[in-house]
Amino acid sequence: MTNLRLLTIGGLISYRALFGWLNPFSYVITILIPSLTQLAFFVYLGRTAHVADDAYYVAGNALVAAASPSLFGMAQTVAGERYTHTLSLLVVSPASRIAIFVGRSLPATLNGIVVSIWTLAIAAVMFGVHVPGHALAPLALTIIVTAFACVGIGLFNASLGLRWRETAVIGNLILYVLLIFAGVNVPLDRLPGWMSTLAQGLPVTHGANAARQLIAGASLSHVLPLIAAEALVGAVYVAIGLSTISLFELEARRGATLEVA
Amino acid sequence: MSIARVMLFGLGLHFKMLSHSPFDMFVVVASPLIFATLAYFLFQNGQGQSLLVAALASGVMGIWSTTTAQGAGALQTQRRLGILELLVASPTPFWAVVLPISVAISAIGVYSLAIGLVYVRVFYGVAITVHDWVAFAVSIPAAIAAIGSLGFLFASVLVRYRSAFMLGNLFEWPVWMISGLLIPVAVLPGWLQPISWLFAPTWGMRALRHATLGTGSAWTDVVVCAALSGVYLVAGSLSLRFFLRSARARATLALT
Repeated sequence: MTNLRLLTIGGLISYRALFGWLNPFSYVITILIPSLTQLAFFVYLGRTAHVADDAYYVAGNALVAAASPSLFGMAQTVAGERYTHTLSLLVVSPASRIAIFVGRSLPATLNGIVVSIWTLAIAAVMFGVHVPGHALAPLALTIIVTAFACVGIGLFNASLGLRWRETAVIGNLILYVLLIFAGVNVPLDRLPGWMSTLAQGLPVTHGANAARQLIAGASLSHVLPLIAAEALVGAVYVAIGLSTISLFELEARRGATLEVA
Repeated sequence: MSIARVMLFGLGLHFKMLSHSPFDMFVVVASPLIFATLAYFLFQNGQGQSLLVAALASGVMGIWSTTTAQGAGALQTQRRLGILELLVASPTPFWAVVLPISVAISAIGVYSLAIGLVYVRVFYGVAITVHDWVAFAVSIPAAIAAIGSLGFLFASVLVRYRSAFMLGNLFEWPVWMISGLLIPVAVLPGWLQPISWLFAPTWGMRALRHATLGTGSAWTDVVVCAALSGVYLVAGSLSLRFFLRSARARATLALT
């Protein structure tokens, strides 16, 4: 019961603290508008390069829009504790780490879903990308699974916050890697073999591919293997993230480096 | 004379401080690497010169990125450090304190330009051929000064907002998009072009491109950069004076 309370109420309070929810203005200018301007940048860059059509960039960037709040939101669950000098209290508490961090990842997942849907919907209207009616439900599933995968790598980023202070740097680095490697803006067949191979193990790669095929008219059964692959990638990152949280916490306790990391 | 000394000292001091900040250095180092790489894969049929221009563009993107990331919140940083009231109370005009900070923030973007050029030279074998080296050398500080002055204007206008940092970030992608950096203005809707003229990166990039390719007069763009710097400085100083007076009258300088 305690773990359930930690997972739900703890996660919600932590997430509200992230933006200072007294005023939704921060959310709009931090999340909603940049996701659209970033997408518009790549759509016009794509038109310049004549590499793919608008739908390619709209789908890819709408899906990767879930990564930004996941990476930085999850990192902030550790960095924020350090900033308010409560990280050591968190570490000495007997609370289950899985309940704490999975709880904090739930609002981030929900946020990623909201941002992806918002970005896809507005961008589809802005750039005249037609989304077939029968693709809406499978697209929603794809977005949910991709947001989960992004939170998985966000959890890993959060764990790095126990070891390194500059979580924003690491988050940006991961985000940039996704923008280049994950087939979001550069088709995988234009990348060198090692990059496209690496992309198979990154969040968003399979989700973006599935979303593009759905927008092009494919059925759910056709893209199900891609969605399953995205879910698998997410599950692996969640496992890695929870493991590295335990590892870095142990390391910080041993070296008494929690506050100096 | 003492104001000039304060400004020069402030510029040097903040440049050195920012050069030791992991976050700021990441921004200026990563931007050219990421966007030059993207340009390489997207424009694989392009010639060496287009990659050279892409490297310059990604350098200007780095300058703009650090300006939006840090410039808008420059005063917020002083507030967080607890020295904003001391700086305001000092006999030196406040604009002379803030301007070097803003220009230093943009000036570390010079690393972006250098890294972008070295990157395309070493990894993609692009020859660094510049049509007019003198104009090129003058274009760099002109672009940095203009973008830094715009950062000063942002910092002045947004001084009362706790979320100045986030508001500044709002401008990152849109200005990258409309300034003719990696995306030709011709590809964009026509109504965006006049808006792009208001932003210093547009003219800084034009100056660098014209100096590099010899396709136009870089000096004209340098003059526009200088004129825009003047406009930003005057507007920023007026804004700073207004908001400072307001903050002092209401005793909210440390609270805003």
